[in-house]
Amino acid sequence: MSISVALVDYGAGNLLSITQALTLLGAEVHPAARASDVDRPDLVVVPGVGAQGPAMRRLRRAGLTGALERAVAGGAWYLGICLGMQLLFERSEEDGSDGLGWIAGGTRPIPEAPRLPHVGWNEIEALSPHPLLRGLPQHVPFYFVHSYAPVPADPGVAVATTQHGGRFVSAVASGRLLGVQFHPEKSGHDGLRVLANVLAMVAGDGRGSASGLPGRGAAGLAGAGTRADPGCRRPAVDPEEAD
Amino acid sequence: MLLRRVIPCLDVRAGRVVKGTRFVDLVDEGDPAELAARYADEGADEICFLDITAAVEGRATLLDAVERTARQAFVPLTVGGGVRSVADMRAVLRAGADRVAVNSAAVADPSLVDRCARRFGRQCVVVSIDARRVSASATGGDAAAGAGGAAAADARGRPGSGADGDAPAWQVVVRGGRVATGRDAVAWAVEAAERGAGEILLTSIDRDGTRAGYDLELLRAVSSAVRVPVVASGGAGGPADLVAAVLDGGADAVLAASIFHRELHGIAAVKRAMAGAGIPVRLVEPWDHQGGATAR
Repeated sequence: MSISVALVDYGAGNLLSITQALTLLGAEVHPAARASDVDRPDLVVVPGVGAQGPAMRRLRRAGLTGALERAVAGGAWYLGICLGMQLLFERSEEDGSDGLGWIAGGTRPIPEAPRLPHVGWNEIEALSPHPLLRGLPQHVPFYFVHSYAPVPADPGVAVATTQHGGRFVSAVASGRLLGVQFHPEKSGHDGLRVLANVLAMVAGDGRGSASGLPGRGAAGLAGAGTRADPGCRRPAVDPEEAD
Repeated sequence: MLLRRVIPCLDVRAGRVVKGTRFVDLVDEGDPAELAARYADEGADEICFLDITAAVEGRATLLDAVERTARQAFVPLTVGGGVRSVADMRAVLRAGADRVAVNSAAVADPSLVDRCARRFGRQCVVVSIDARRVSASATGGDAAAGAGGAAAADARGRPGSGADGDAPAWQVVVRGGRVATGRDAVAWAVEAAERGAGEILLTSIDRDGTRAGYDLELLRAVSSAVRVPVVASGGAGGPADLVAAVLDGGADAVLAASIFHRELHGIAAVKRAMAGAGIPVRLVEPWDHQGGATAR
């Protein structure tokens, strides 16, 4: 059975490449511009470029923050790409805005970067074997285009790091929440491999349908296998979503 | 470590790739999506489409080419040419571009850079600057303000740039190099970066299409004046020029067109030459393709 993907469309950037890549890998991709489009997916993919504040405002306006929370609490996996990864965290230093806050930590400019934005191909270094990077060499270049990067409160959620001046976290995993700072959909065959790994993780989860089993969502959000962090804000109905 | 990018540039006119010398004498070089896919396979780190179609009907053809390319090549796409508004930028992004270059419209109204950066983030906004070498006194200096009109005063209180003695200077030109603006190219690069450009695509109009090598002085002047990445463009004749652009010019990426279209130098060969000169580049090995095949 093919994996159902809700691809979140909030007017930021290009969705074509990620749609093509996931479709090529056998997933069923449904663009989601409104809350009602997030129809019990196995996986939500949040792409995006740009600043956190405007992105969160657009997500809220479309009712998508609540829809994502419900999907993830119901057991769906989350893959954030670039800004979509940063949204998993709490406060962004860029504009002081709050992200989804599902993983404790913030978003800051890459430290000691010789030039910003960080644009181009750079190696990621796996911190330990992880299914997200299965089949890839220890050092492999991916395409990046960003200035900010997440700083997780729990270093245990970091899967890979990358150096541009200072070192920053370029991939995270916390239960069913996955994030990559690079663009797998723009990184040739190695990028497709990462996306195939994500789909394999979702498929291997053994969820026959998207209606989550009790307790599963909470495990995903708190970060199964990682230290439960009191700073991790649990998803709740967003009071600002009404605007 | 961030790898230096090699970017084949496709000048697209009415849906076909063309190349001429100094934007004239255009010769048909093929289908943009087809060429882009080939370059991606050969190891291009990014593809640049520059639309040089003046007519409105040509825009749809460009967007179609962008979309066809984005569908078959999983490689970053930067698209420029004729982008005059945030709405234009959005249309190009929706067609499958990752970043958008603005040029003439940003020179005419620099706030376009701010607005595009606010809407899509600065990493999405490339400011493309066409620069022509001038005698030292032609930009920035007081004398030029009279001769060059209001635009020369736009060097924004930087009389030092190009005004002193024999130091080289460059002025911004628009409309494919046909119209001089009197604006100092280095000062414009600095202003563009301050306003929100995430990259400067710097073309030497003097060298464009000549294969005489990049204007390294121009590159050095701009790459040392801004903190955003600078892409060298105009004049690539062979691997040695690309190496020089990085090592001597301080370029973060090198863009070339005709040497790739006419298969004078393959992308892989150029990157091997760069690696041989100690420049970190992404080398696409044959096993990469097998890895991709098994990933499916």
